[in-house]
Amino acid sequence: MQGTRRNALKTIAGMSVYGALVSSGLIAPGMLKAAEERQLFKATNLGDALAALGATESSPSTDLHLTVPDIAEDSAVVPVAIVSGIPDTEQIAIMVEKNPNMVVANFTLGARTLPEIATRIKMGQTSDVYAVVKANGRFYFARKEIRITIGGCGA
Amino acid sequence: MTDQIRMRATVRDGITEVRLLVPHPMETGQRKDASGNLIPAHHISSLTVSHNGELLLASEMGRSVSANPHLTFKFKGGEKGDKLSVSWLDNQQQSRTEEGQIN
Repeated sequence: MQGTRRNALKTIAGMSVYGALVSSGLIAPGMLKAAEERQLFKATNLGDALAALGATESSPSTDLHLTVPDIAEDSAVVPVAIVSGIPDTEQIAIMVEKNPNMVVANFTLGARTLPEIATRIKMGQTSDVYAVVKANGRFYFARKEIRITIGGCGA
Repeated sequence: MTDQIRMRATVRDGITEVRLLVPHPMETGQRKDASGNLIPAHHISSLTVSHNGELLLASEMGRSVSANPHLTFKFKGGEKGDKLSVSWLDNQQQSRTEEGQIN
């Protein structure tokens, strides 16, 4: 009983921290909803992933630069950099087509934040990687394939 | 996993570049331990960065962000000595908030 109660208290403490973050404006209310639903991170195919982002229509853009290695040395740490030259870019998402859950991360940019993000992701196998951005209410994407070589012998 | 968030923020020509290294296991929930039991998923689900109370970046993360997430971004404004605040929440309801300074 003691353990259960303690866990419950922990959970409540965790939730109230989140509540505090929301009320202090550190987390946008939209994010809370997204965190609850987590539908975004359940998508297993491109159509579902785009739909979860709200991007039922998206077009390829040459102003969206996705910088990734052609061949990843370590599939658990694959560097991904995205720079959007599309005016009013407000959101940047990263997706890996053949990962069990396609969406890796979704970044919402503040008014003063430049449309440039670099991070590191995990990949299960050779796959197309997508950068999807929202700008002025429309969605654009860029795509590149990253090859994963198991054993790193470049086969 | 309660290690401190490492932040480097430098301002140049009115643009501040922020580099973050956030210690976190980012377990996918698909790996097994030595005795063959699944290691439960444990990953950051949201991370925010703000400057003087203004939200700069709100990130939602899934389990395929690499362990100890690394993040680089830039924003307009920011002065030497300004405080940046970083908060994250993970899928096990653990959270952490830290402040860093622009150099």
